[in-house]
Amino acid sequence: MSQPMQHSPQQEQRRDFLKAGTLVAGMTLGPGVLFYGIAHSRAPEEAASSAKRYGMLIDASKCGDGCSDCVTACNTENGLSGKTGPQDTQYIRKLNIKDLRTNHVQELPMLCQHCENPPCVDVCPTGASMKRADGIVLVDRHICIGCRYCMMACPYKARSFVHEPLTDQNPEVPRGKGCVESCTFCVQRVDRDETPACVEACNAKGHQAMVFGDLKDPNSAISQALASHASTEVRADLGLNAGVRYQGI
Amino acid sequence: MASMQTWMRRGLLALAAISLALPAFQSQAGVDLPKLEKGKGEQCVEETQLMRRNHMDFLKHHRDKTMREGVRTTKHSLKKCVECHASDKTGSVAASKEDFCVACHAYASVKLDCWDCHATKPGKKPVQQAAPQGASPLLSAAQPATASGASK
Repeated sequence: MSQPMQHSPQQEQRRDFLKAGTLVAGMTLGPGVLFYGIAHSRAPEEAASSAKRYGMLIDASKCGDGCSDCVTACNTENGLSGKTGPQDTQYIRKLNIKDLRTNHVQELPMLCQHCENPPCVDVCPTGASMKRADGIVLVDRHICIGCRYCMMACPYKARSFVHEPLTDQNPEVPRGKGCVESCTFCVQRVDRDETPACVEACNAKGHQAMVFGDLKDPNSAISQALASHASTEVRADLGLNAGVRYQGI
Repeated sequence: MASMQTWMRRGLLALAAISLALPAFQSQAGVDLPKLEKGKGEQCVEETQLMRRNHMDFLKHHRDKTMREGVRTTKHSLKKCVECHASDKTGSVAASKEDFCVACHAYASVKLDCWDCHATKPGKKPVQQAAPQGASPLLSAAQPATASGASK
């Protein structure tokens, strides 16, 4: 705040140099970015990279009245029971939010927001709650002790605890008693270059309310949609930089 | 009379000695090793003896790579173990006492809790592990499936 507003000639020169440098960098990066966007799909032996950050954009105004196809698709993909009791697992759930002044009701799907600064990871005593390099927030069930501290820390109520023994799990989605779990952005599908099951179901229904993609790639559909339309994150006041953003709420 | 009693004592002692020695003879012959069903495919991803000793280390290493870094190779993946070793009878690696994992772990008296969370049966739809490579049209002809290395 106390910086002088006038620039010395030296600073002006530096600024020109930086501008030119950016221009050159932009030209050389351009084709590379394009190539990356088209051809790059991660090989099985390649680790997830921080060059990407996966995110989702949900247009609540396109979300169908009473439609729960995203929830059903999620349950099928992840082998969830579909029950909605206080002790049942829900990775994604439909919420009705009502503006008490105008009585306007808006439906929206709520899921793990895959924060850049996830409180669940901050509080985990064992390191089981973790953020993968590409921004997907996961629970490592091998070291989760089921203390449920992360469930208390999450402002979105996105996490569930498995209370009963399970059988017949989906081979790709191991789940078991005594661990906390939440939406994984269908990480098993993302690693195959597919979109999460909820997004696929929403598109199949024709609502097109959900866009999934790489927030760090300026050419991805999600980045372009975010750049061209106003969007917001839920509880932006917390400064978590959620990976899931909403329009129309 | 005295000699009779002595002989009886000697006889009893001999009986006791034989009954004590019998289990020892049996254990010399060895307890039967678990009879394992042959897995599918030609051979395992590693030598059998190496696998017997070290499969837990391979699995643990692979689990951390997959879980925390997103590496999805199939060579030491638990899912691939299940695909090859699931029993023909039960379709599972841990449903009955004769099934692959349980038979050996019962013999070695080692508790295993992989199956509290992981599926003991192969998936209904076979998942194509090579999909990421084939997914891009530009790379479709690059490499055939890596499945041959994974089939045990």
